[in-house]
Amino acid sequence: MRKEYLTKENIAWLLLAVGSFVICSLLMNLGIINSYYQITLYNICINIILAVSLNLVIGICGQFSLGHAGFMCIGAYAAGIITKMMPNFGGFVLGILVGFVLSAIVALIVSIPTLRLRGDYLAIATLGFAEIIRILVQNMKITNGAAGLNGIPQLTSWPLLMIGVVVSIVVVCNYTHSAPGRACISIREDEIASEAMGINTTKYKVIAFVIGALLASLAGALYACNFYVIKPSQFTFNKSIDILVMVVFGGMGSMTSSVIAAIVIGIINMVLANFSEIRMIIYGLALVAIMIFKPTGLLGQRELSFKKLFSSRKGAK
Amino acid sequence: MEPILEVKNLTKNFGGLCAVSNVSMTINQGELIGLIGPNGAGKTTLFNLLTGVYEPSSGLIELNDDGQKIQLGGLKPYKITGYGISRTFQNIRLFKAMTVLENVKVAMHKNIRYGTIAAILRLPSYYSEEKWVEEKACELLKEVGLYSKRNEMATNLPYGEQRRLEIARALAIQPKILFLDEPAAGMNPQETADLTKLIHHIREKYKLTVILIEHDMSLVMNICERIYVLDYGKMIANGSPEEIKNNEFVIKAYLGEEI
Repeated sequence: MRKEYLTKENIAWLLLAVGSFVICSLLMNLGIINSYYQITLYNICINIILAVSLNLVIGICGQFSLGHAGFMCIGAYAAGIITKMMPNFGGFVLGILVGFVLSAIVALIVSIPTLRLRGDYLAIATLGFAEIIRILVQNMKITNGAAGLNGIPQLTSWPLLMIGVVVSIVVVCNYTHSAPGRACISIREDEIASEAMGINTTKYKVIAFVIGALLASLAGALYACNFYVIKPSQFTFNKSIDILVMVVFGGMGSMTSSVIAAIVIGIINMVLANFSEIRMIIYGLALVAIMIFKPTGLLGQRELSFKKLFSSRKGAK
Repeated sequence: MEPILEVKNLTKNFGGLCAVSNVSMTINQGELIGLIGPNGAGKTTLFNLLTGVYEPSSGLIELNDDGQKIQLGGLKPYKITGYGISRTFQNIRLFKAMTVLENVKVAMHKNIRYGTIAAILRLPSYYSEEKWVEEKACELLKEVGLYSKRNEMATNLPYGEQRRLEIARALAIQPKILFLDEPAAGMNPQETADLTKLIHHIREKYKLTVILIEHDMSLVMNICERIYVLDYGKMIANGSPEEIKNNEFVIKAYLGEEI
């Protein structure tokens, strides 16, 4: 093991990940998290992946995407169709990989022409593309039309879900804290200056967008193999907005806040499950309130950083 | 002396407006050139043409890259930067929500030899390159005297230091030619004097060719070896500071003529 990997911070992160996994497993075994709460927990995990990956596109790279549900849809259907034919772990992995390939192709087709331009063209293009994907799925035979797929084998398990969450967060954070990630942030800050610093802006916007799409497709696969049933109506524009709300609610550009926002919103949804009519109203009010009182989101761009935590404690001594 | 950059009959039209018309200039290796002219004369437009922000309507921009002639007209800005041409901006364009150190690191992008995959998987190349980038960026910040502020957000720096950071960032590209767009704008006499020293220092140290737009005549007359004068998009004069001071077209452009 190289010494770079075994820093105090990395060990702390590992402990946090393993700790939350063990605690949740214990609570599930003890029955404190019953099967009803468990659905919420699984939903939260999938939403964390979605929120973190969308935050890479919107918060880090500054490109507004409104079609995240479209990529989730691709991943969900790819995994659903393949695991129905091969109901085992190999089929699940194959399904995820096929979802990756398809969503990467779609992401490239949408992003290369639109991301060459400056401005909000990506928002319009992704909005349209997500709808096209949904309508295609609704009308194809292999996807069983509007009725959707039934009886998808339940291959998503709690450890797998947790691995998915950790991998997504690590991928996004590692990317952000590297030269390509810095390039993305500089594009968000000032595209003209970024280009003058020798950065191929189109390339890095496309890379961020494709990584976001791949992770969304992973979330879709985990979703499909957890809830037995997927329907085109689950991947509408509303789903994209749900994910966007998490990113904006938490704070654009901060992964910690996306995770927290996904958890908070997941719990709020569970509590308000009996009042589903007013849920959207409360969503709307919460967004308006945040935009007025804290336009940067709950946490702004702050991150939970063990590095800072350790160094501030050292300073206190 | 060998010309490093040659501009031939460069023209840029915005609709009916001819912002830069038929401009030709020759810049030799290692020269320190001033570009002056009244407001709206087209100086920044000329810079934007040379650095690829705008595409020329007609004319040639030819870079002499170690004996190889390269046409820069119509290339994307990042490609032009790749040939060793860097710039600062008239209205400061720092990456505001990044730290001072990160601002410099961004500019070192083209010399970093690891890709997206290595970054995500944290391969050994990531660690060795990042270490090199960190050292190099700190070195540059020491040079411009911003090392102690390396972890501050760029937006929190005072105005004069933001200007210096822009220069440090432009240097991080390891340029052969440096374009400075009004580096002394809004500075007090003391800051201007410091800046003059800094420009001299980096030019000697990195063997740079420097071209600067400036309205502060004391700075221009002080440090420039040759001056080009633009007025209404046309090049009206070029020569040494002494010649420019006494050139009747230049005086007319700045002061107007007797009726």
